[in-house]
Amino acid sequence: MKFLLVEDNQELANAILSRMCLDGHVIDHAANLQDATAFVETGEYDLILLDIMLPDGDGRSFLKQHRASDLDTPVIVLTARSQVSDRIGSLDLGADDYVTKPFDHAELEARCRAVLRRKAGKATSTVEIGGIVFDPVAGHLAVKGEVVNLRNRELRLLELLINATGKIFSKQKLADRLFSFDDDASENAIEVYIARLRKHLEGSELKITTLRGLGYRLDHDS
Amino acid sequence: MTASLIASGSLRNRLVLTLIGGAAILTLLLFFAIRNYAIQIAQQGQDNILGASATSILDAASIRDGTLEIDIPYASFSMLSTPSDDRVFYAIYQDGNFLSGYAGLSNPSVNPGRRSSFETTQFQGETVRVATAARTLIGAENRTQIRVYLAQTQDALSGTLDKISRNAALFGAGFFALATLLSFWASSTTIGQLKRLTTSVTRRGPQDLRPFEKPVPSEMLALVTSLNSLMGRLDQSLRQSEDFIAEAAHRVRTPLATVRSYAEATLQRVDKQENRQAMRSMIRAIDESSRAAGQLLDHAMTTFRADHLERQEIDLVELVGELVERLTPIADMKDVRLNLRSEGKITCSGDPILIQNAVRNLIDNALKYAPGESAVDIAMIMNPDIQIKVCDSGPGFPPNEIDILATRFTRGQNAAGTIGSGLGLTIAQDVAMAHGGDLLLSNRPEGGACATLSL
Amino acid sequence: MRYIIALIVCIYPLLGSAQEWEDQQRFNDGVSGPPLRIIASTDTALFAPIIESFISENPTTAIEYLVTGTADIDRRFRADPNDFDLVISSAMDLQLKLTNDGLALPLEDIFAPAWAQWRQSLFAFTSEPAAIVINRAAFTGHAVPQSRQDLIQAMRARPEIFRNRIGTYDVRQSGLGYLFATQDARASETYWRLMEVMGSLDVRLYCCSGDMIDDLADGTIAVAYNVLGSYAAARIESKDTLEIILPSDFPTTMMRTAMVSRDAPNPALAEMFIRHLITRQSRPNEDSLLPPLSGPLNKAERATIALEPALMTFLDGLKRRKFLAEWEDAVIQK
Repeated sequence: MKFLLVEDNQELANAILSRMCLDGHVIDHAANLQDATAFVETGEYDLILLDIMLPDGDGRSFLKQHRASDLDTPVIVLTARSQVSDRIGSLDLGADDYVTKPFDHAELEARCRAVLRRKAGKATSTVEIGGIVFDPVAGHLAVKGEVVNLRNRELRLLELLINATGKIFSKQKLADRLFSFDDDASENAIEVYIARLRKHLEGSELKITTLRGLGYRLDHDS
Repeated sequence: MTASLIASGSLRNRLVLTLIGGAAILTLLLFFAIRNYAIQIAQQGQDNILGASATSILDAASIRDGTLEIDIPYASFSMLSTPSDDRVFYAIYQDGNFLSGYAGLSNPSVNPGRRSSFETTQFQGETVRVATAARTLIGAENRTQIRVYLAQTQDALSGTLDKISRNAALFGAGFFALATLLSFWASSTTIGQLKRLTTSVTRRGPQDLRPFEKPVPSEMLALVTSLNSLMGRLDQSLRQSEDFIAEAAHRVRTPLATVRSYAEATLQRVDKQENRQAMRSMIRAIDESSRAAGQLLDHAMTTFRADHLERQEIDLVELVGELVERLTPIADMKDVRLNLRSEGKITCSGDPILIQNAVRNLIDNALKYAPGESAVDIAMIMNPDIQIKVCDSGPGFPPNEIDILATRFTRGQNAAGTIGSGLGLTIAQDVAMAHGGDLLLSNRPEGGACATLSL
Repeated sequence: MRYIIALIVCIYPLLGSAQEWEDQQRFNDGVSGPPLRIIASTDTALFAPIIESFISENPTTAIEYLVTGTADIDRRFRADPNDFDLVISSAMDLQLKLTNDGLALPLEDIFAPAWAQWRQSLFAFTSEPAAIVINRAAFTGHAVPQSRQDLIQAMRARPEIFRNRIGTYDVRQSGLGYLFATQDARASETYWRLMEVMGSLDVRLYCCSGDMIDDLADGTIAVAYNVLGSYAAARIESKDTLEIILPSDFPTTMMRTAMVSRDAPNPALAEMFIRHLITRQSRPNEDSLLPPLSGPLNKAERATIALEPALMTFLDGLKRRKFLAEWEDAVIQK
């Protein structure tokens, strides 16, 4: 997936960029509207993350201009306001969704996925590895041609593991990614999801290995 | 907002009174002017006749063989006949000696040098007009002066004056009645302009701060101009404060977002249990503070909009549907299903932003307490009141606190560990009450909480 | 008051001692209470029917009716206005002057046409033309004169028949005679020629119409000039001998008038009497010996002397002196 982040706060932008890269996305960063326009004209993006308050103008005017041109790249607005009227105003101008700062990266990811799923067909990014075909946007997993619909947490767990095959994830780290911070996430719950994923991956060349005391790892038997 | 002003008199009444008072003064002036003029004319008429009569008597005086003869013409008195049969008195003097007529009539105050003069005086208990005329006769040896006093009562005159006064009074009354009608008409027309302006101000919504552009009478131009400039300043200051709030929120929330992002990223990297716990606490604190700020703002906005409720026709199914669609990604993260159930088309009149906000708070709450991989049921029913029911399968409301939960900043005892400022239910209840409805909290028999918003 | 004294001195030297009444009658004398006192110039016989009809309607009323000459009425009434309730006279000028001098009581709500009342105080109740009355015997075989001019010619043609046999009022004594004479003189010069002819024929002068008609009826005089026709017509026994001629050249019609004294002892009753009088005289009446009041336009424009202040003209001392001097010049040719 190729994203464009339009955000003037360099620190925040860096944080978002590093997280997105971690998740396996390609992401460009524009610090102002002028750069953003230039990026949009030269590259093709699957999704634009747009801040509203920018040094050289209002993100909404960019949105308006963007929708006026023939481009239909989905846009998720990052806003500091929490007023309902403002949200609706952004949606009316053609934003596909919005997140309120400060945001949970998991929520941003979920919204991105939802938006991309709505715009399905155009941006398909399936991963083929070890005898499975995995579509993280649609949430499909095909093992030997048999398609399974993954639940959201299963999907996110699989995505996390596939992006770093061979890397060990501790239970806590996985829990932090799967559960929100206000959930009393028990590390035991992770075992349930790991068990489910193992079942889904049966028959493929991928295997989740338990490393006692360390965590889990996705291995490619080849 | 509804501070009552004390009315000091009525502009319309003042206008009417001024106009009527003016008309009354004019009427009185008119009446007395006509009457005075009539008195003068009538008096002049009587004087003319009296003068002519006295002159004709004097003309009949002659000296024959040294003896004065005055052969009073029949017409002298005949011309003094009036419809009211006024009494006639006369006296003839020769060189100051009484000759004939009514001796008591002589009036020494009259200047004898003048040829003729007129005076109103009393004679035999009646008001009479006396004409005096004199003539000098020149005989063979001597010259002698004849003086004639001719008096007439004023019955016919006062009769005429009464008639004229009556007519003048009638005319004046008519004039006054007409003027009164006109002043009522004029003041209603004038006040009508003010009323129209008032109506157009009143009819405006609380957000409508556009200037008035319809033409107004020049006298009201200053008022409307000031009103427009006041509204302009108000509009500008509202806009400024909106911008200020937005700017402030941006300035506060963006660093928070940065901190949170870094915290999350850091959490991915550290392994030590205490460090991880600290990072989690930090993230939770950030979430709590931003959520509290958001809800406070939402609550302020809810209160403001509820005070100035602007109703419009809303398709509730569509409104709640959009909301559910937006919340689905969040629900998905917990693998919670949002089941929306509605019976046909449901419309109501209300503020869509408020209702959406209320329902969002209810669903947020439900999502917060719902266990993973469960379902939150959202039902819209009409029986016959419109009810929006949001039910989860979480722990439910604590039964002993169910009545006070909707009070501001109150959170359930079992909410420990769940982020929330406690304003969600309050906002929902405020919205329900602004629409004449209520918020009902209950627990499902099979477990789970139910919030019913009725409008 | 000087002018009253002057009037008495000038007008009434011959009547200075007249204290007696020509006639004095009481009607309904049995009734207690003060009687309604009427001072009048009309003969009792002519006025009695009116009084009697009033009494028949008001049986508790007594009336004292006092008759004297018109000039005497004026003198007596002025001297003692509270002695009389009603004043009735044929001398319109004297009556009008009494009213003008404020001696009459204004009465409200009495309907009388404007020409028949003055100041709602003086009310006319008859219309009586001045007439030439002749004894037919004197004109046997000769044309009866129809106008003053005819009369002048008749007298000039046969002076021997008419010498000392013509009668008219002594205008110095009779108020009515003076009124007729002044109105005649005002109307036409013919009056003065007539007077000169009468004077040349040794005219007899009378104080009162009664005496004049007596003399006419018994043939002492052949012509009476300016007598009231009503008096002649009242002499039913003389109907065959007397003829009443209303002069065709110019008419002189007098209205008898009545008024309530300002100081009347019994004003309410007096007012009732006036109402009765006017109602009764407003239309022809078989019983009445006095002609009714008739409008000035009736009877071939018989000019009625108007009730107006001008009537006072000839009452002016200077004017009267001058008129009487001329009259004496014409009538008394010694």
